[in-house]
Amino acid sequence: MNSALPLLEVSGLTMRFGGLVAVDGVGLTARTGDITALIGPNGAGKTTIFNCLTGFYKPTSGRLLLRHPSRGEVELQRLPGFQVARHGVVRTFQNIRLFPRMTVLENLMVAQHVGLMAKSGFSIAGLLGLSGWRSAEKGAIDKARLWLDRLELTRVADEEAGNLSYGMQRRVEIARAMATDPLLLCLDEPAAGLNPRETAALGELLLSIREQFGIGILLIEHDMSLVMRISDQVHVVEYGRKIAEGTPDQVRNDERVIKAYLGEPEEEEMPAEVAQDLNIGEARP
Amino acid sequence: MTTQTLTHRAPALLKDAAVAALLALVLSIPFIGLYTANSDQGQGLAVLSRWHWVGYVVAIVFVGRLLFSLAGDALARRRMRNAGKKPLVSIAMGHTLGRAFIVLALLFAVTLPFMPYSDRYVLDLGMTVLIYIMLAMGLNVTVGLAGLLDLGFVAFYAIGAYTFALMSTVFGLGFWICLPLSGLVAAAFGVLLSLPILRLRGDYLAIVTLGFGEITRIVLLNWQSLTGGPNGVSGIPRPTLFGMSFDRRPPEGLSSFHEVTGIEFSSEHRLMFLYFIILGLVLLASWVVWKLRRLPIGRSWEALREDEIACRSLGINPTASKVSAYATGALLGGFAGCFFAARQGFVSPESFGFIESALILAIVVLGGMGSQVGVVIASLFIVLLPEFAREFADYRMLLFGAAMILIMVWRPGGLLSNREPTLKLSSLKGAGP
Repeated sequence: MNSALPLLEVSGLTMRFGGLVAVDGVGLTARTGDITALIGPNGAGKTTIFNCLTGFYKPTSGRLLLRHPSRGEVELQRLPGFQVARHGVVRTFQNIRLFPRMTVLENLMVAQHVGLMAKSGFSIAGLLGLSGWRSAEKGAIDKARLWLDRLELTRVADEEAGNLSYGMQRRVEIARAMATDPLLLCLDEPAAGLNPRETAALGELLLSIREQFGIGILLIEHDMSLVMRISDQVHVVEYGRKIAEGTPDQVRNDERVIKAYLGEPEEEEMPAEVAQDLNIGEARP
Repeated sequence: MTTQTLTHRAPALLKDAAVAALLALVLSIPFIGLYTANSDQGQGLAVLSRWHWVGYVVAIVFVGRLLFSLAGDALARRRMRNAGKKPLVSIAMGHTLGRAFIVLALLFAVTLPFMPYSDRYVLDLGMTVLIYIMLAMGLNVTVGLAGLLDLGFVAFYAIGAYTFALMSTVFGLGFWICLPLSGLVAAAFGVLLSLPILRLRGDYLAIVTLGFGEITRIVLLNWQSLTGGPNGVSGIPRPTLFGMSFDRRPPEGLSSFHEVTGIEFSSEHRLMFLYFIILGLVLLASWVVWKLRRLPIGRSWEALREDEIACRSLGINPTASKVSAYATGALLGGFAGCFFAARQGFVSPESFGFIESALILAIVVLGGMGSQVGVVIASLFIVLLPEFAREFADYRMLLFGAAMILIMVWRPGGLLSNREPTLKLSSLKGAGP
């Protein structure tokens, strides 16, 4: 459902830390049913954009407009941090943040907290074991089971999440985010630390989530082959500003993008001091 | 092979033991070798010596250190041999053992008052243990589950106790009405405390909660007109059973237990009754906490302990989790306080010093953060050990401290440090591929 109006519309997003302008007037859009990638060199401000988007930072200025199917237009920057996830914008973290001493299944149950809390009658119905609560709990377990199966985690469902391998922890984090039924799944470098086989599997997974659930995916990623293969739209940022956007092909051939990633062509010669330090040139007299 | 390594290690072991013995020598000369006594003339003190004692100490330390190292070596070798073998107690067996312990403990607790050896002293001790279990159960919610340190937990205990004391002496309300009231008042203070510390962590949290505990005690001590200051509140009425009093001569308007039931009067009946009240409270509290852990609210507490940022990213309101954790802990603390006031018939600020907070926290840490069975075992340990060690008179607290250190060395995560999952896929109906 690639409707005319995008799911998320960011305009003029600026984030200042004291004198440092980490993000400067960035605008971007993400559509339902699209995989939108956000790329840029290290320190370009990608994660800061994510933090603003998902309620961890209050942006200095700018507008983060979410078109919620039932709640209408919501300005995310006006919500308290934890409310952003309740509106369907859910993220994962660059350095994985699971609940390490809880089991994988429990991690997925915590993800469904908001709905379950209401169903447990703020614990009263839950304490009494009323049937309404019991069926809600069963539904939550079924949903957790679905995502465990989907991400091949059923075998380790009762293991403590902190004891799993890195690749598995990444999958648990994605499963946990998906268990919240998001509208927009924001993934911060999901392929970091994965081997090529796992990265390829991740790509397939994201494509299949998009196909099957029709949600929007927003992706920060350094693995260019992955980005180019699965993205529908790519936004490129450098030094807090957006320098390009378009399809992977457009971006790949954009001069400014090439410059940002490879640097400007300069004179080939190495400065004398550097050469000396590296002991390449003649030995010191 | 063993003898070879032993001869190889012998010089090192001997040297180690000699160093320990030397240290013992240096320390024991002033501490043990010299002592003071009334001088023969009867005037002032004389310094006397007992060097042979120093000799014994040095010898004991030398031999002891040597044996200790040898035992350590032997253990390490055995562990190496056993590596890869099945553990002695499998997880399933541990589970069964845990169940068996719970059933036995329950049986013991319920039958205790009827046992021939149960006199006043035993019942009193039993009640003290149960009060500490109740308190630790409350603190376990805040510290063990939600991971929020609270060094001033005794404040809620005090608030619960004073709520009952004042409600009963000023308004003439009975125990059974005041019990929920005390819990609710304490919980309200729990909410109040949780508000200023929402953004605090670690050291700062410790300081603020410590301050809260002290402020409560000092207010109770100085608000003469309300709390009676250091004199406390006395004349708190005893709990009644369906309007029956356990006194020989019941107060105006009450019937007495021995008259109504026809059982011969015994002052121990009142103790037994009190014992069953606190036992019932503890069982109710542990059931509620057990159940809460398996509800969204309990999972959100544990998730908060594990990672607050991840909680926020899933739409969980950390403020609500923190406030509810403090309030629930305070509620249980308030119940314990109300019972304490009813049992003593008298409350004063003296009972609610920092040492109580420290003891309750020690129970939680010793039992293993978040473990309910652990709390029970640790409470038994903390209350009973100083009692059993009474024979050692002055060395009682020394022994107590040493035992605590040993346990923390032996089991750094507490006695029961394994966290039991709240939900297992493998034990759900219809599980499997």
